[in-house]
Amino acid sequence: MAEAHPVGFQWVMEAKRRGAKVFHVDPRFTRTSALADSYLAIRAGTDIALLGGVVRYILDNELDFREYVVAYTNAATIVTEEYADTEDMHGLFSGFNDDNATYDQASWRYEGHSQNQTTRDSETQRETAAGLENESHGAPVGGETERDETLQHPRCVYQILKRHFARYTPEMVERVCGIPQEKFLELAQAWTENSGRDRTGMLVYSVGWTQHSVGVQYIRTGAIIQLLLGNVGRPGGGVMALRGHASIQGSTDIPTLFNLLPGYLPMPHHANHPTLDAWVDSIAHPGQKGFWGNARTYGVNLLKAYWGDAATADNDYCYGYMPRMTGDHGTYQQVLDMIDGKIKGYFLLGQNPAVGSAHGRAQRLGMANLDWLVVRDLFMIESATFWQNAPEIETGEIAPERCRTEVFFLPAASHVEKEGTFTQTQRLLQWREKAVEPPGDARSELWFFYHLGRIIRERLAASTKPRDRALLDLAWDYPTHGPNVEPSAEAVLREINGYDVATGRPLASFTEMKDDGSTVGGCWIYTGVYADGVNQAARRKPGSEQSLVAPEWGWAWPANRRILYNRASADPDGNPWSERKRYVWWDADKSEWTGYDVPDFEKTKPPSYRPERDASGVAGIAGDDPFILQGDGKGWLYAPTGVLDGPMPTHYEPVESPVRNPLYRQQANPTRKVYTHPINTLNPSPPQEHSQVFPYVFTVSRLTEHHTAGGMSRTVSPLAELQPEMFVEVSPELAALRGLSHLGWAHLVTSRAAVEAKVLVTDRVTPLRVDGRIIHQVWLPYHFGYEGLVTGDSANDLFGITLDPNVLIQESKVGTCDVRPGRRPRGQDLVDLVVDYRRRSGNLVHRYPPMVTTDVADTSSDQEA
Amino acid sequence: MPHANALYGPLDPAPDAGYEDPPPRMGFFTDTSVCIGCKACEVACKEWNGVPESGLDLLGMSYDNTGALTANSWRHVAFVEQPRSAGWATPAFAGDPDGPAISPVTAAAGARTSTDTGTDPGLETGSPAAAARMSGGPEFLGMPGVQPPGRGSGAEGRTDFRWLMMSDVCKHCTHAACLDVCPTGSLFRTEFGTVVVQEDICNGCGYCISACPYGVIDQRKDDGRAWKCTLCYDRLGVGMTPACAQACPTESIQYGELDELRERAAARVAKLHERGVPEARLYGHDPNDGVGGDGAFFLLLDEPEVYGLPPDPIVTTRDLPAMWKRAGLAAMTMAVATAVAFLGRRR
Amino acid sequence: MGVRSWFEGWPVYRQLTGTDPLGRGAAAKSDGSRALTARTDTADSMARSVCPYCAVGCGQRVFVKDGQVSQIEGDPDSPISRGRLCPKGAASKSLVTSPLRQTTVRYRRPYGTEWEDLDLDTALNMIADRVLAARDETWEDVDAEGRPLNRTLGISSLGGATLDNEENYLIKKLFTAMGALQIENQARI
Repeated sequence: MAEAHPVGFQWVMEAKRRGAKVFHVDPRFTRTSALADSYLAIRAGTDIALLGGVVRYILDNELDFREYVVAYTNAATIVTEEYADTEDMHGLFSGFNDDNATYDQASWRYEGHSQNQTTRDSETQRETAAGLENESHGAPVGGETERDETLQHPRCVYQILKRHFARYTPEMVERVCGIPQEKFLELAQAWTENSGRDRTGMLVYSVGWTQHSVGVQYIRTGAIIQLLLGNVGRPGGGVMALRGHASIQGSTDIPTLFNLLPGYLPMPHHANHPTLDAWVDSIAHPGQKGFWGNARTYGVNLLKAYWGDAATADNDYCYGYMPRMTGDHGTYQQVLDMIDGKIKGYFLLGQNPAVGSAHGRAQRLGMANLDWLVVRDLFMIESATFWQNAPEIETGEIAPERCRTEVFFLPAASHVEKEGTFTQTQRLLQWREKAVEPPGDARSELWFFYHLGRIIRERLAASTKPRDRALLDLAWDYPTHGPNVEPSAEAVLREINGYDVATGRPLASFTEMKDDGSTVGGCWIYTGVYADGVNQAARRKPGSEQSLVAPEWGWAWPANRRILYNRASADPDGNPWSERKRYVWWDADKSEWTGYDVPDFEKTKPPSYRPERDASGVAGIAGDDPFILQGDGKGWLYAPTGVLDGPMPTHYEPVESPVRNPLYRQQANPTRKVYTHPINTLNPSPPQEHSQVFPYVFTVSRLTEHHTAGGMSRTVSPLAELQPEMFVEVSPELAALRGLSHLGWAHLVTSRAAVEAKVLVTDRVTPLRVDGRIIHQVWLPYHFGYEGLVTGDSANDLFGITLDPNVLIQESKVGTCDVRPGRRPRGQDLVDLVVDYRRRSGNLVHRYPPMVTTDVADTSSDQEA
Repeated sequence: MPHANALYGPLDPAPDAGYEDPPPRMGFFTDTSVCIGCKACEVACKEWNGVPESGLDLLGMSYDNTGALTANSWRHVAFVEQPRSAGWATPAFAGDPDGPAISPVTAAAGARTSTDTGTDPGLETGSPAAAARMSGGPEFLGMPGVQPPGRGSGAEGRTDFRWLMMSDVCKHCTHAACLDVCPTGSLFRTEFGTVVVQEDICNGCGYCISACPYGVIDQRKDDGRAWKCTLCYDRLGVGMTPACAQACPTESIQYGELDELRERAAARVAKLHERGVPEARLYGHDPNDGVGGDGAFFLLLDEPEVYGLPPDPIVTTRDLPAMWKRAGLAAMTMAVATAVAFLGRRR
Repeated sequence: MGVRSWFEGWPVYRQLTGTDPLGRGAAAKSDGSRALTARTDTADSMARSVCPYCAVGCGQRVFVKDGQVSQIEGDPDSPISRGRLCPKGAASKSLVTSPLRQTTVRYRRPYGTEWEDLDLDTALNMIADRVLAARDETWEDVDAEGRPLNRTLGISSLGGATLDNEENYLIKKLFTAMGALQIENQARI
């Protein structure tokens, strides 16, 4: 956190000053470790084993916050007897289908539920990254559940959880993660001792957690711990995602993602969502409890925002105009399709995949095989100059005179040259005022897309083709201003917020939205940001003049709530759990919820409220159910549906690992998304043979001094000089083993690429003892490329492409490699070196690691190094 | 009349420099125990003061690629990797299968690198000393020879580790030798008690550079003038905080009235001692030290040498009065002798 | 300036007659130093902004003089950042004023070996042509079973996450109406 989010880290220092104990878990000792009270060196890719150990520690010692757990989580809920656990199946859950490597989730359901309420099978869910839809709400599940609040029923979630994590002992944590037991116990003790009625503990992760083939389950494990300890919905608690880009939260809320529409509505699927009714029912699930019962309203308001007057009840609000998904259309699928010549044109909008995406060579070869490419950026980035300067020029794989891709570079406006909102990592929207005009031809994306749309609509004005109706009927009249005819960002924000069609009055809350076409709203979760016609995101009442919650600085979705599910900060009767942790509570005199934040609950629903049997939607949520966007109102220790790789997290090894999974026969995530494509070669891992060809673990991350793919830092002199060269951090032990010298060169080889770096031999990197072996790890920054003031090989070139099944994010935080002294070869010699490694690892004809390895004995046959 | 302590000893420098009723003396307290080594100070300083780039080489001194305070780096964050206990923390590598510490060896290798900072003397090979001093204990073990790293078994493995970071800056001495020797009046004492080079006066003679007991002030090659931290004199004038302190995410760099900062620093040291960090000590806070106390002082977690700071700096013009006295005496003796000689001849 | 005031401005005169006999302070202060003031104080305008790097969302104040950004620093009013910035945020002025910034359209024709210049309007129209052509060539009305698809898989887009919400909204809206499905951003990565 001190490395990548230094200003956020001031609050950790603030907490430390007040006595908080800070633990830092990382493969290498970083600037965060330097200030932590305890540092745990971990083998990259084993976080679930560590956190699973904490879950077991809590359950074994009955250290959970029992009153919270019973009332607010699904610990008491009983699961069907069809469910079978990884304990009994060598690391698989019940319902695994070998044919398509997915789970049928039916056997995971709650007792008494006839079936899971999803219309989509697991494979479709994987291909369409359906897990992302759950960023604002839980997966659909019926509200009525059978519960045993004594937690004794053998099939209640509490007991299932206990059994599932039984083998995550401190000894096992040590064996898997390389973390000594004493260190693990120090962490587990501190975490549990500092949670409960009077205290809360916070879990902070950076989004390196998401870049794993089991990334979603990492976060699930963290959430389970925090729920067990009563650390959710309470001040000083939570699972805090430190996201890495100024509006990365915004770009999922108002997504430019193939599978989502604004407000986490799914992009329609050709088979499952033929009609508007089918689409909204698949979201709302008639009978489900909670706020998602109003999905039709949110969907109709979006369609009205898109197609305006043309969208009417009679034509299902133009639902028919929507393009339909048929499967995976994600960025990695696209790149492979580019290589295969299926894609004509590509827009890159402030994004540099030649450096920033996994498998850089695949990215560059894909771009070299397009009809046209539009790059909009501040600087000449690697993705614009691949045809000139890519490493593949040297190897002859790209030659300018044979590369047909037509490239348009359009300069972009910077953050001070346009106005608009960013949504930061805590869902807070902040409006930026424009300071100056952009220089020369530089323009905002708002300008580019508004005018591109305008020109395209003009070209098609006379068209009679049905396919062009969606463009011609589009509500595309935004006021413009200034010498560049810039569209008004405030007008767009007002449309996002939504308004009443008849009066034009901006909506104050999504509860004012109607499903009859009388209101319009582009992103229901953002409704309220323009309440009263005032740009609430532009509010800047100084923090020093407000409470700690600072509700009048910017605007947070939903409804300006700063802590989600904050009803959980009060006990079931509505009283604060303790004075020390008072946040939101029931005011019996006024008969309303009140507190320091906007209560995340219906304001006047008393704690004693109990729904009628079969009540659905918001009315189905009881007065003591804080998790109002979950179908059963409970925090999920166990996910009966919606998480494709299992109802509970399970440690699987990274796809590329030097060790056999010590916990189960099942080696890696059996449901991971795999691309079999000639360019996507993977290093072998146990139980496959020849994994010893790539004996070392490498991991990559950020430096304080640089930003992502370097386009905004290697181009900036005062930053470039602070970290001027690509380097690799190695332990003294590995340096001795491989003959590396401090400040000398080394190169790393995988079956995709070889990259070179200067060597920093440092005590901050340590070997680990894993399952009786010594495992060496190395670390690299991923910021470097071939353009800018400072250049170097790109670490992301080393990775292959394997994705998490829930959200289709790639595993680019851990891989295996060889480390050799000296610089890498050049030209054809470089290609030969990589091919030779592939040959030695038996991977010349493409072999992919088996999805299921439960038939292979536990003991590793691959221990010789 | 100049103050009796005008050149040495405790003194409030602004009134001594002719300011009637000056504002309180302002300064920096840099608490290295909360520094996260982010280098925001280095960048914020460069952005505000328009300081040019200072070289693009990897120095290998941990994460320090700036190397030293130079004319082109007015803030410099030193990084010190040490196989020592961090006091408050659990030993970082206890139980891990690692060998002995390598940091002295890598530090020695790093110390042999240099970069063209565009300044003179800039960053010389073998400098700064700090990086070369990372060692197993508080005492400097000298420059270890290069040996193959990592020879060792778990038995002698490293367990403790700490990573010290410290943002260094001009000390704005009470007795500033740079100022005392400046022949043009370019260096002057501001009403805030700080020491500033006036770029419209400096003629690049370079006397100040050898006078500085900390090796802070430095010449820029392309214009020959001397440059260093101004404690953002322009910002102070309108009541603003210097750029580095304004940016510092963790309040490692604190700006304020020197008297108040000294109290705050003493309390912080006491607190750290209480929390099991006995190594915490102040540096440059004492008005009775060799420079009359620094306007920019530090809380350190090790000996000053480890961070590249001189252990006992003394203003190089301390002996100026004595020297003047002796020189005067010599001149007078000479004059008398000459007179005697003349008189004698007359006689 | 009269002779008298010129003479009184002479540092030696000030040193001999003033309170600074050693000439180390008040008497040595140059005209430049006397005139010095913070450029934030003399800025024409100040915009309230947000740092474009990570997702912490630190407040920035952007000072403008003569139409140019003259300083960017932390906004002390922000309850998130309290006026502080990391090195990247602190380098924001260098980012937006960098001499390396590309400010004109550049064009590389197929099989070209050099960049060429191109007018912005021409570029925009050429892009519109290509979008429409790619869309027509790759349009899919229905799937094999006759269910609507309404899409093109011939166009891709990958956006960074430093785009504004309003920009992402228009991007998604236009591409969706166009039938372009393969719209992705950094959040997938």
